Amino acid sequence: MKKEITLKINGEEFTKEVEPRTLLVHFIREDIGMTGTHIGCDTSSCGACTILIDGKSAKSCTILAVQAAGKEITTVEGIATTEGVHPIQEGFKENHGLHCGFCTPGMMLRAIELLEKNPDPTEEEIRWGISGNLCRCTGYNNIVKSIIYAGAKLRGDELPSTEPVFVE
Amino acid sequence: MIPSTFDYTAPSSLDEALKLLHDLGDDAKVLAGGHSLIPMMKLRFAEPEHLIDLNNIPGLSYLKIEGGMLKIGAMTREVETEESAEVAVHFPIFADVAKLIADPQVRNFGTLGGNLAHGDAANDQPAVMLALDASVEIAGLDGRRTVGIDDFFYGFYSTAVQEGEILTEILIPIPSGRSGNAYHKVERKVGDYATGGVAVHLEMDEQGICTKAGIGLTNVNPTPLRAVRSEAALVGTSLDDAAIASAAQYASEDCNPSTDLRGDIDYKRHIIRAVTKKMINKAKQLAFKN
Repeated sequence: MKKEITLKINGEEFTKEVEPRTLLVHFIREDIGMTGTHIGCDTSSCGACTILIDGKSAKSCTILAVQAAGKEITTVEGIATTEGVHPIQEGFKENHGLHCGFCTPGMMLRAIELLEKNPDPTEEEIRWGISGNLCRCTGYNNIVKSIIYAGAKLRGDELPSTEPVFVE
Repeated sequence: MIPSTFDYTAPSSLDEALKLLHDLGDDAKVLAGGHSLIPMMKLRFAEPEHLIDLNNIPGLSYLKIEGGMLKIGAMTREVETEESAEVAVHFPIFADVAKLIADPQVRNFGTLGGNLAHGDAANDQPAVMLALDASVEIAGLDGRRTVGIDDFFYGFYSTAVQEGEILTEILIPIPSGRSGNAYHKVERKVGDYATGGVAVHLEMDEQGICTKAGIGLTNVNPTPLRAVRSEAALVGTSLDDAAIASAAQYASEDCNPSTDLRGDIDYKRHIIRAVTKKMINKAKQLAFKN
């Protein structure tokens, strides 16, 4: 039996009928048509489907669409503003924080909550903070650098160098 | 992977949820954080015909100290226990354990009540609850009852929460005097289930003599296990190296691990011995600081 739900995605209100078993990630991608939120492992391990629900990072492959009724959801499509890209997007761009880009939307959404709770995290805190997000291309060094950069940008501090670090 | 078809209700009061649960019987499952149940439904290990979502019921999520007890509402998210300064005063163990449960996104949704009611010996919180000598409040249509943690875990995915009942609160006695507690697990990678995990809670008097010891073990028995002989080996001692060594040895002998992808029996016994020793020492140091 379908249920009618109303929720906000990136500030826009949607009312749709869904089957209770519809996963939130499928709802966002297929019913709404926003495909920036990815499906990686489909077992809540990889974090590619990470979105924000009322500001909290969540794995949308393990949440039902009906559970999001009345909530405000943010996906990667909603983080840039008319003024330009979000600092976390700038961080990933400037620091080569992605290779294939599949994990990137989830990484960025997770990093946004991380920086909100902890505006000036240490490298170790960042690595623990993104422990629910897997990247299979770059290793994590540039992702960590991107988040450090975004933190500095958000705090209004001097931006760290974006030069590549070569390990001998 | 998509779960099989089910109906869904999100009641706005506990009474309504209990009535529904009573009427639907074992065709219904209660949905808390959903991070154990929904994966099982996606794999079709669980195929409830009806989900009763507790997330819209007010008053089930709180952390408060009252009447010598830390009271935790069953719908309190793991992240809240991890970040609460009030909890950390007496129970730094919550910061230890939460950091090792899955990952931050899962802890944003997973609840303490769900973690316990799931009845999985691989979950980390049950061992912590054993160490802290917790009890849980269970509500049914006929009223509420309190069950000690030692009588809570029945078997594989089976607990004292009976048909028609909902776990509503976790109660943990506030330690008197000097106390310390700690949890650690050996895991293959971040967020994995424990190869073996140990929770330790110690209380001592002014002379440094151990007056109370609680030790719980994760994932080395069909149910979460209390290391009874290890606890007895510590009480009444000054927590000297010999007492700690025997407690660690007893824990490794008394657990019942099975061989699986995470390791064989001997390896797991070794882990339990090593981690028990380490956690007793950590809890002891914390107690001396208090």
